[in-house]
Amino acid sequence: MKKFGSLLATTMLASMLATGAYAKTLVYCSEGSPEGFDPALYTAGTTFDASSKTVYNRLVEFKIGTTETQPGLAESYDVSDDGTEYTFHLRPGVKFHTTDFFTPSRDLNADDVIFSFERQLKSDNPYNAYVEGASWEYFNGMSMPDLIKSIEKVDDMTVKFVLNRAEAPFVANLAMDFASIMSKEYADKLAESGAMSDLNQKPVGTGPYQFVAYQPDAVIRYKANPDYWNGKEKIDDLVFAITTDASVRQQKLTAGECHVMPYPNPADVQALKDDESINVMEQEGLNVGYLAYNTKVAPFDKTEVRKALNMAINKQAILDAVFQGAGQAAKNPIPPTMWSYNDSVEDDPYDPEAAKKMLEEAGVSDLSMKIWAMPVQRPYNPNARRMAELMQEDFSKVGVKVEIVSYEWGEYLEKSKAEDRDGAVLLGWTGDNGDPDNFLAVLLGCDGVGGSNRAQWCNEEFDNLIQKAKSGTQEERAKLYEEAQVVFKREAPWATIAHSVVHMPMSKKVTGYKMDPLGGHWFTGVDISE
Amino acid sequence: MIRFLLRKFGLLIPTFIGVSIIAFAFIRLLPGDPITLLAGERGVSAERYEALQAAYGFDKPIIVQYVNYLGDILQGDFGTSIVTKRPVLEEFMQLFPATLELSICAIILATAIGIPAGILAAVRRGSFTDQSIMGVALVGYSMPIFWWGLLLIILFSGVLQWTPVSGRISLLYYFPQVTGFMLIDSLLSGQAGAFKSAVSHLILPTIVLATIPLAVIARQTRSAMLEVLSEDYVRTARSKGLGPFRVIGLHALRNALIPVVTTIGLQVGVLLAGAILTESIFSWPGIGKWMVDSVFKRDYSVVQGGLLLIAGMIMLVNLLVDLVYGLINPRIRR
Repeated sequence: MKKFGSLLATTMLASMLATGAYAKTLVYCSEGSPEGFDPALYTAGTTFDASSKTVYNRLVEFKIGTTETQPGLAESYDVSDDGTEYTFHLRPGVKFHTTDFFTPSRDLNADDVIFSFERQLKSDNPYNAYVEGASWEYFNGMSMPDLIKSIEKVDDMTVKFVLNRAEAPFVANLAMDFASIMSKEYADKLAESGAMSDLNQKPVGTGPYQFVAYQPDAVIRYKANPDYWNGKEKIDDLVFAITTDASVRQQKLTAGECHVMPYPNPADVQALKDDESINVMEQEGLNVGYLAYNTKVAPFDKTEVRKALNMAINKQAILDAVFQGAGQAAKNPIPPTMWSYNDSVEDDPYDPEAAKKMLEEAGVSDLSMKIWAMPVQRPYNPNARRMAELMQEDFSKVGVKVEIVSYEWGEYLEKSKAEDRDGAVLLGWTGDNGDPDNFLAVLLGCDGVGGSNRAQWCNEEFDNLIQKAKSGTQEERAKLYEEAQVVFKREAPWATIAHSVVHMPMSKKVTGYKMDPLGGHWFTGVDISE
Repeated sequence: MIRFLLRKFGLLIPTFIGVSIIAFAFIRLLPGDPITLLAGERGVSAERYEALQAAYGFDKPIIVQYVNYLGDILQGDFGTSIVTKRPVLEEFMQLFPATLELSICAIILATAIGIPAGILAAVRRGSFTDQSIMGVALVGYSMPIFWWGLLLIILFSGVLQWTPVSGRISLLYYFPQVTGFMLIDSLLSGQAGAFKSAVSHLILPTIVLATIPLAVIARQTRSAMLEVLSEDYVRTARSKGLGPFRVIGLHALRNALIPVVTTIGLQVGVLLAGAILTESIFSWPGIGKWMVDSVFKRDYSVVQGGLLLIAGMIMLVNLLVDLVYGLINPRIRR
């Protein structure tokens, strides 16, 4: 009977698609299949595009196109004076999706918010282990269990988060994908009927688009949420046509089989730009690729040595050869699209002669070192091996011999954490929540030594600044981060290499698309002209 | 015949256990583990790492893990994907029909063209026709699939716009999956044009996937035919005054077919390997890409479950081939 019901519904939808000549359909050639539709279970951007960015909302949202936050399902929030209590006032009249598998009987309330977080926080919540291996990666990765003391329902439309310590980036964390708000009513209904795993297969949210159907590795179908609290979208039907090969995505775009595609091959960008029917948007990615010296091992414990090596690196050659134009030279550890980016910082100039002299003055001669090259392609470093080879050549010009080493990716990540590591490591970072703390504290703070701080660098002046910046208004915090970037450049624990440049080709018919510096793909506010 | 069948089935069991050991060991022999890889640059604390190891049962001795795994398999439980958290068997069943449909079409194409081409080459041995057929077969045999697929897409989908670029059916058509075979489902849907769309999507991937098996089958048919044609009984048949069609079609072909059927059976493995690349190029939602992704992510349960299921399929096909032998050559049945 159930099968017949869905058959009927899909037939109806198909006839709607066939007859509704005026229905606007946007086809997005996505790069892969989502792992599931519960964003809190996963960490991949592909999954988030298909779930949190279409189906769900969060208490606070990123203003699309920026790393700043704005009200979402919470109309407003208050912070206690000591910065440990956040009280969220929910938006009234927000409706969950009505689909062929669920009809909500009530609007969004505090129970939904509490459910969405407690399932990740509390092991006795029935949904804590509703799929085998549920490990709530991001919730744990952002240290939420240490941070959250309790989540309280003040009244039906008010929720209070009590924290163990003041942590200003907490608000940005709540705009992240794992913090998507689910319907408790739907979850309860699924639990009753013994179909809990459907929460991850047939999502119900409050977002701009509602889920219609998914065929693995082929297509995901959505339609505009007619009751969306921020007004119905202009597109009626949104289709993700899953196309894993970049060249094939490009063919589909030029053949008009899809309207928007992510991640073109860098070598194809020029051809796409030359195509009159296609518009190529571009933006720096929220990432940084770097070479981290081990500041605990001589002679890299000397600032002058690190500075000299930085001056020996020909970044432009790296940008040309490794990034093929899809990169921008980095001077700060945070990307330029992030608030508090200090543009007045001057990068170390490329000057092998001066570098050689500096090394001599520092008493370093006949230096040989290792450079670790990652075995995988990452957005912040498309070819680490090639990059290491270029550096090897650059360093040889100042009399430094380089041996390139590499390990399997998992091993590489583990081994590079060691405090007595031999050599400088090529690595990078992609931002999670758009907060500078997510770069500066995680990658360069004293707490990260022996872990995510691959330079093993603990500088008191720098650490004081970023600790102080954990609370206060955004303006106050930005000032501290700007100062921290000056200290960073002076001390040079890393050679900052590049930020990737992300290209987004789309049909010229598509209007209103905004590139997300956080790397997501949003179809909110997008329209298509016939 | 029943004894023959039983003997063949009996052989399947040790093979299956052997494959399960290889599948289990293979992915664990690769350096790196799924937990570290899932965490990526973000990393995972030592306590959390241990907790997750315990949750997946990776902390137990390897023998215990294997025995538990085998026990689960015997109960039909192939485990849950570490990455997607969905049952492996469910994912496999959802994706396999697409691979099967493509493989069947490819093997039909390869056989339908390969056998006649091989016969023609053998009959006209040394002629221009023979040399052209074998030349083309050699090129086909050495064709890098990835490059060949892109070339066809650029020509037929890009320049000429005769065929769609990728996928199984136009996005305009939308109907529930009944059999999982798009050709059948599109007919069942009753939607006008759906079947045509499904066929047009199948053309290029079928050609690409069939290329190598076609070349192999053509070459094998040719050499088998040449051997048979020089046999005494063929000469006898000819001297008896039988027409060339009767000699070749009835007497020679039937005996030449035995090694060819073996070859076709062996091509199933080649097809599944080729499907991995073909599916990637044409965004074909089958098991090839699913397996490759899982190896990269060290998704133990998918890799070992997937390998075992695929191996099971190949064993079944080989069994079928053995049965077909029996039909062609009654002597083998004994």
